[in-house]
Amino acid sequence: MSLAIDPAIVGRQGAPQTFTVERDAIRRFADALGDDNPVYQAGDIAPPTFPTTFHVRGPDLDVIHDQCRLLLSGGEEYVYERPLRAGDRVTCVSRVIDTYVKTGQRGEMTFIVFEKEGRDPRGLVVFRARHTLIAF
Amino acid sequence: MSAVGARAGLELPVLRKEPVSRVMLAKYACASGDFSPHHLDPEVARSQGLDDVVAHGMLSLGYLGQLVSAWAGAENIRRVQGRFRALVQLGDGLTCHGIVTAVDPVADGRRLARLAVWAENQRGEMVTTGEAEVYLATSPHPS
Repeated sequence: MSLAIDPAIVGRQGAPQTFTVERDAIRRFADALGDDNPVYQAGDIAPPTFPTTFHVRGPDLDVIHDQCRLLLSGGEEYVYERPLRAGDRVTCVSRVIDTYVKTGQRGEMTFIVFEKEGRDPRGLVVFRARHTLIAF
Repeated sequence: MSAVGARAGLELPVLRKEPVSRVMLAKYACASGDFSPHHLDPEVARSQGLDDVVAHGMLSLGYLGQLVSAWAGAENIRRVQGRFRALVQLGDGLTCHGIVTAVDPVADGRRLARLAVWAENQRGEMVTTGEAEVYLATSPHPS
C-alpha cells in the first residue's frame, strides 16, 4: 500500500525552542559515547551529534502516524557553521524540507526529511541537523 | 597523527569500540534523551519482532563523530552524516574507519577534507556508512 504524503507538508515547521548548552551535558554525552577527547571531557565544545539532545517539537504530522505500520530512522546529518560551545544559547526550529517515495525490498517506502536548525541569539546559523524518517 | 598534511587516499587511525551492552544503551539513552523502549526493554523489543534490544543508530554515528574529531580536532568539524544500514545488537563490537576522498580549498583560505566513514560489526558487516567534512588546521611550520 502506498502511503500518500501530501507534498504540502514540505515547509511546515514547529514552534521554536531555545536551549542552553551545558558543560555537564557535553561531558555526559561524551562519556556515553566512550569518547575521551579532552575537549569534550572538558565540556568546551559539543561533539558533532550533540544536537540530538535538543528535543524540538516538529510540525504536527498526525497523518504519518495514523497511516504507517512502521517508522524507521534512515539516517542523520549534522552540518556546522561554527563549533557548538558550552554556554551557547541556540534557538532550534524543526521543519520538513523534503519528502519522496522509493521502492525497496519491502515495497513502497515514503521518506520524510526533517531539518532542525539552531541559531545563536544574533540569528546566525550554528548548525543544521537533518533526520530522514522512513515510513511504510 | 595530524590531519594537517592530509591527502586523498589517507586512512584515519581505526577506532575500536567495546561490545555494546545494556548499560551502554542506558547511558546513551540518558545522555541523549532517546528513551525509545526498543533500546531498553527486551519485552518491547521482542514484541516488535527483534531478538532483544538494539542499539540507537545515533550511537554508531556518535562513534563516527569520535573517529573524525580525534583526527581533525573538535573545532574543525564541518559535517558528519550517516545512514543506518543494519541493526547493532548487544555484544556487537563496532570498528570505525575513515578515508580521505578529497581535499579542496575553501573561500576563506582554509582547506576542507572530505571523508568516507563507516562502522563495521565483528562480522565485517557495514552497519552505518556516511561522509564527513573537516577543516584542516593550518600547519604551524609551513614548508
